[in-house]
Amino acid sequence: MAGVAVSTTINGDSVEYLCQPDETLLDVLRDRLGLTGAKEGCGTGDCGACSVIVDDRLVCSCLMLGAEAEGRRIETVEGMAHGDTLHPLQQKFLEHAALQCGICTPGFLIAAKDLLAKNPDPTEEEIRFGLAGNLCRCTGYDKIVRAVQDAAIVMKQA
Amino acid sequence: MVEVTLWGALATTAGGNSKVEVEAKDIRELFRKLAEQYPGLEPWIDRGIAVAIDGTIYRDTWSKKLPPGAEIFLLPRLAGG
Amino acid sequence: MNFDPRYSNRNFASVGTRPIRPDGVDKVTGRARYGADFNMAGQLVGRVLRSPHAHAKIRKIDTSKAEALAGVKAVITAADLPDLTDGDAAMYDILDNCMARTKALYDGHAVAAVAAIDAHTARQALKLIVVDYEVLPHVTDVDEAMQHHAPLINDTIFTEGLEEKPAKPSNVTKRSQFGHGDVHQGFGHADFIVERSFKTEQTHQGYIEPHACVANVSSDGTADLWVCTQGHFVYRQHCAQLLGMEASKLRVTSSEIGGGFGGKTHVWAEPVALALSRKAGRPVKLVMTRDEVFRASGPTSATSIDVKIGARKDGTITAAEATLRYTSGPYAGTWAEIGAMTAFACYRLDNVKTVGFEVLVNRPKTAAYRAPSAPMAAFAVESTVDELAKELGMDPVEFRIKNAAQEGTRSSYGPVYGPIGIGPTLEAVKNHAHMKAPLKANQGRGMACGFWFNFGGQTCTDLNIGMDGSVSLAVGTVDVGGSRASLSLVAAEELGIAYEQVKAIVADTSSLGYNDMTDGSRGTFSSSMATISAARNAIKILRERAAQMWDISVDDVAWEQGHAVAKGEKHGNLGKLSLKEIAAQSGKTGGPIAGHSELVADGAGVSFATHICDVEVDPETGSTRVIRYTVVQDAGKAVHPTYVEGQYQGGAAQGIGWALNEEYIYGKDGRLQNAGFLDYRIPVCSDLPMIDTQILEIPNPNHPYGVRGVGETSIVPPLAAIANAVSNAAGVRMTHIPMSPPRILAAIEAEREG
Repeated sequence: MAGVAVSTTINGDSVEYLCQPDETLLDVLRDRLGLTGAKEGCGTGDCGACSVIVDDRLVCSCLMLGAEAEGRRIETVEGMAHGDTLHPLQQKFLEHAALQCGICTPGFLIAAKDLLAKNPDPTEEEIRFGLAGNLCRCTGYDKIVRAVQDAAIVMKQA
Repeated sequence: MVEVTLWGALATTAGGNSKVEVEAKDIRELFRKLAEQYPGLEPWIDRGIAVAIDGTIYRDTWSKKLPPGAEIFLLPRLAGG
Repeated sequence: MNFDPRYSNRNFASVGTRPIRPDGVDKVTGRARYGADFNMAGQLVGRVLRSPHAHAKIRKIDTSKAEALAGVKAVITAADLPDLTDGDAAMYDILDNCMARTKALYDGHAVAAVAAIDAHTARQALKLIVVDYEVLPHVTDVDEAMQHHAPLINDTIFTEGLEEKPAKPSNVTKRSQFGHGDVHQGFGHADFIVERSFKTEQTHQGYIEPHACVANVSSDGTADLWVCTQGHFVYRQHCAQLLGMEASKLRVTSSEIGGGFGGKTHVWAEPVALALSRKAGRPVKLVMTRDEVFRASGPTSATSIDVKIGARKDGTITAAEATLRYTSGPYAGTWAEIGAMTAFACYRLDNVKTVGFEVLVNRPKTAAYRAPSAPMAAFAVESTVDELAKELGMDPVEFRIKNAAQEGTRSSYGPVYGPIGIGPTLEAVKNHAHMKAPLKANQGRGMACGFWFNFGGQTCTDLNIGMDGSVSLAVGTVDVGGSRASLSLVAAEELGIAYEQVKAIVADTSSLGYNDMTDGSRGTFSSSMATISAARNAIKILRERAAQMWDISVDDVAWEQGHAVAKGEKHGNLGKLSLKEIAAQSGKTGGPIAGHSELVADGAGVSFATHICDVEVDPETGSTRVIRYTVVQDAGKAVHPTYVEGQYQGGAAQGIGWALNEEYIYGKDGRLQNAGFLDYRIPVCSDLPMIDTQILEIPNPNHPYGVRGVGETSIVPPLAAIANAVSNAAGVRMTHIPMSPPRILAAIEAEREG
């Protein structure tokens, strides 16, 4: 198969790559670009561990082709912190111990960032439904919800 | 001399005795004497047996002393998550 | 070993605080490296061919076409993993499970594997492997597998544990029995007897990270294995044995682990990846798909359980009996045995008898799942206890308090208990505001108790003090949920320094002595014991070095709050020496300062929990929502309370999924029909309420700080607590887990018609 040449923007940087036409964006990120923050938990869009934001839209990168990234703007967990300053969501996840094993954490952070961008003052129910596409098997979600609530307060004050 | 209680399945390999008397000062000696007295127990001991001494379960501490009059209970070695 | 593990009461400076975990920043920035996040130069992609049949004889495997495909570097079958197990039946089962030898025993059983230059080529190669199967009759249901006419999975199996060896082989590998007293006599004294039968379906641990490894075997006989595992030392031992290697030549590095819950205590893909790498002469990366994880890793048992309990009018239980049948997959297991041991462990019983049957079925080999076997037994027993309380007209909490085990009680599995927490958890539940909150229409409340043993085991720790006074702590138990934080707290506590001064890592198998797995809730219990021991050994050296610096006798030097202090009148003019000051001079006073510890952390304290749950059942659809949930559990001592709470909440959430949704569904063809997160639905954020926790601390007498394991017990009560709540809400006793909407609806309708 001939490769597809793609020009895109990832975490603010211009990126060019060649990928196979049947290759997912997740595989491109992980295997071609070394951005292994997005995880493959299922490969079928059920777990959200591979969540990325594409042009302000939350996407499972395992359900999008690498070739479809042409001309888009992609945000991954690697782009959330500014230098050594963590994003408020990252900081609150640490403070609330909203992660145990941490494999789902990049996906939750991206999904929560997308949620708060669209709804800066969500209720608990809105947070729970906003994050319902992301599976966590360790925490029972309690501390994740509290971390997002706390981060929302900090981000509104900022 | 300590009195050792065996759990159900183990008792069948010790001639149906659920309680046996053994002259042993620690877990190592207990296993050795049990295997001598009841050869049927040896494969079980090789596969792993836990020893409860007065309610505390020891899985691997051969040197653990068996205090006189202590309650000694043999248990299957378990798996955990 | 001079280490004294006995508990002594003390005031803690670090233990009990809630600092940020040392591996946290890497995990929120995407830098942490899990199983699939590691690559090696020249690495190949490994893929496994799996049986589509539940039970089939493998007549022949033709790999020639796959081998001829461009880009394929190795194809292996069982012939490439010769039997080196030397009569070790358990290891032979592991070998056969990694790669089927003569028969495929379940849908998903590995039969061949390839290594190729890319995933596309590897997938193509699998399609070119021709397996000639002779399909055999299969059985997947636990009760059917016990029938005399059931298809035999292994005709060399004669039930163990019977008075006489049976004349014919069967699918029952073993019978086990526990208890004391005379249940027949006990039931004779009962005024009320309740007898019920229950079933639970098979569930999966559901860790979000699929199994993944990178194997690199060199032609000189050495090898490296990068893998997500709960126990890299155990993986090393198993892989080395199966591949005929010396353990010291196989270096296993545990990656960050994306959940295990017992499911990563067992090798599946790792020996296959090593065999592929050995044959191809290149590194091989093997990552399971989610479909493979469901079909071919190690889910928990499906069960069928009968319970009978009798009590006098005053609420005293006079006898309790249970028969427990657990599936172990197609290989022998001891899962029913554990169920039989734990079933009545919460209660003080004069007459108790439990019998377990291990049953072979054409399903994946059962692996441990968080307090393995205990949740199903607790579901059956605690449901029956609730029914009996109802018959007696007693409050279910009071009934349990009246019969709860206490210090000095002979446990149902044999030994006499030391100090335990079942009574205190019940009292805490009785007084909890949750128990008094009002309920609305279609809502019900349930509560239930649970027990787990907790384990210790072989453990080593190295504690090295740098010349700048910072401390590196190398442990050998894999960190599954924050143990690097709790162990750093323990090191800081013992040395008397700040938490931030300690950096904990999980060492690879070539850097540290053997450690048992992180299982049986032993991570923090065992490694904290080894850390305390290592720190005390280091303090001994620090005191010696301080004595040298002062030129006084070491007997006159004490260690207090991170400082060497000279004792006695004649040393009154000597100030304190900090750990940092002593470390700075270490090059001149005898070289590096370290403390090591190799020990068997025995004496893990048993653990009890009581849960309260409110649910709302929709009588039109049978669908259930958990609207409030409370966990009360004894931790012994909570080293990092936030992560203890996390264990309580996570176990409860897994239990809620098991109780209401999760189950393996097999078709008539013996194939798994829901091998994905869409159809095997674990709880999502919008399914659950906040999960309240209450930590009790009843010190374990066999740990210096009183620590008990906390990881597993929290999954034991939920099945029963939710079943009791649903039964109260729907007005009908639910006896089959999961209580999915169709099952609840059928029960409600049967009750209406009945």
